[in-house]
Amino acid sequence: MTKLKSLEELKKIREEAKKDLLARVQTGTRIIIGMGTCGIAAGAREVMQAVLNELDTRKIEAHVETVGCIGMCAKEPLVDIEQAGKARVRYAKITAEKVPRLIEEHLIRGQVVQEWAVSRIETQQI
Amino acid sequence: MKELSLHILDIIQNSIEAGASKIEINIEENLETDLFQIEVSDNGKGMAAEQIARILDPFYTTRKTRHIGLGLPLFLEACRRCEGDLKIRSKPGSGTTLQAVMRHSHIDRAPLGDMPSVLITILQSAKPLDWMYHHRVNGEEFRLDSSEIRRELEDVPLTHPKVRQWLMELLVEGESSLDLKNLPQRAKA
Repeated sequence: MTKLKSLEELKKIREEAKKDLLARVQTGTRIIIGMGTCGIAAGAREVMQAVLNELDTRKIEAHVETVGCIGMCAKEPLVDIEQAGKARVRYAKITAEKVPRLIEEHLIRGQVVQEWAVSRIETQQI
Repeated sequence: MKELSLHILDIIQNSIEAGASKIEINIEENLETDLFQIEVSDNGKGMAAEQIARILDPFYTTRKTRHIGLGLPLFLEACRRCEGDLKIRSKPGSGTTLQAVMRHSHIDRAPLGDMPSVLITILQSAKPLDWMYHHRVNGEEFRLDSSEIRRELEDVPLTHPKVRQWLMELLVEGESSLDLKNLPQRAKA
């Protein structure tokens, strides 16, 4: 791809994205993925790609971000899901294969996936 | 780590912790001299000489969440077992540069792996930052600066799904143009 062609494409995407930004509703959903040495070695990069792909496919608006190690290295990859007005739930040993069910049950049906959850953090504690 | 790109992602987390806003990643593969070199520079807060001396010790970390820091020692070992080395240059207030060298053809050298995913992952960091990526293979090169894209995007974030997909395709295409299978065969030893 020539640089010029990709720049043209980028401008087009920018205009589309601008319209999109106006139409978007801020849902207040955050998905936080541990990206310390322990998380990376356990496959956190692949988990993050799977989360981004799943959100894109289902057109779910959420803020995905990475953080460093929080000290639960044996339970990596760790994924926290926080929704406005609800407690933050931490899921352990998440793999790319587990991501579709996690998104489906937690974000779409609003049910915590009990068997993968390791802790619940009330928002005022953070 | 299964891929060298995961070591790169890992050490960039250190740059992020050090408050860096700009990271330069230079990867140089030279098959004629049989060298694989990775250089990562950041504009973070830097380190004093005594901290650099301890940073390769696995039982040293600045974190409070655990007592060991394995990121750099693992990378150092990956270099050493491929007849290479890892060096760190830094000064308080003037950023840090890390240089890793390996023998390209060494049987234990992990593949570079999925750099596009690493570059996308960095942009998802809770602390916003830009990268300047430069990958050279035998004189062929691929270069991309995320700050240039950010400028073009105006108020649209780099993490917007449409932008991310476009960027991913651009990175995959750039990297595959350097794939040895796609490169014209040059003088081979």
